[in-house]
Amino acid sequence: MVAQNIGFAIIATIMVVGALRVVTTKNVVHAALWLVVVLAGAAAQYILLAAEFVAVTQVLVYIGAVMVLFLFGTMLTRSRIGRDSGLNNSYAKLGIPVAVVLFAAMSLALADSFGTEKMPTDGSLVSTQQISDQVFGPYLLPFWALSFVLLAAVIGAIVLARKD
Amino acid sequence: MARKNAVLVLMSIELILNAVNLNFVAFALRNGNADGHTFALYIIAIAAAEVGVGLGMVLLIFRNRRTISLDDLSEMKG
Repeated sequence: MVAQNIGFAIIATIMVVGALRVVTTKNVVHAALWLVVVLAGAAAQYILLAAEFVAVTQVLVYIGAVMVLFLFGTMLTRSRIGRDSGLNNSYAKLGIPVAVVLFAAMSLALADSFGTEKMPTDGSLVSTQQISDQVFGPYLLPFWALSFVLLAAVIGAIVLARKD
Repeated sequence: MARKNAVLVLMSIELILNAVNLNFVAFALRNGNADGHTFALYIIAIAAAEVGVGLGMVLLIFRNRRTISLDDLSEMKG
């Protein structure tokens, strides 16, 4: 077992447990903190995948901005910071077995068709310069569209949330 | 509907987007080019914009109705 495999296994376990705790906990602030665990785990996985620019962007944008937004939203809407009343889904008895069967079917299909082969990697790592070449080259139009989306989102959020 | 809190629903959407991001970056390593990284960065930006607007809406709903429980916001139901 290579060190990356062990690291991946540990981080993946932490992420799965954190994601399950996000959706099952009764306390909204606890859910936000477990979401921080999941996002940090994702950033660690990006480092393992040699994607350091995406990892740093993930930490800055997701953990630094989006989670602060969530905590402010929880505070300002006075979502009961204590106990919530939990899940009210009456189809959980049917849904959870179906999800487990689907997971088992997909795992079986993967393991059966590929066995113990490893995914062939190209071998070349991506540098930040390549990312910028792609963003300002072939994917320039989505980049401009994204800037318009962000502008519209900022204006929309201000218009929605201001008091006048 | 399994969760009633609108903020929790937005958090669950973030989980989905992170899963897609992981897939993109993993396959970018497999292919050896930067397309997956670029798309992952775009998804991060879109998710941040979406959370901003979504929480603005939740704030406005709270200001008008004093509740963000999705059970109470069901006038368009059925």
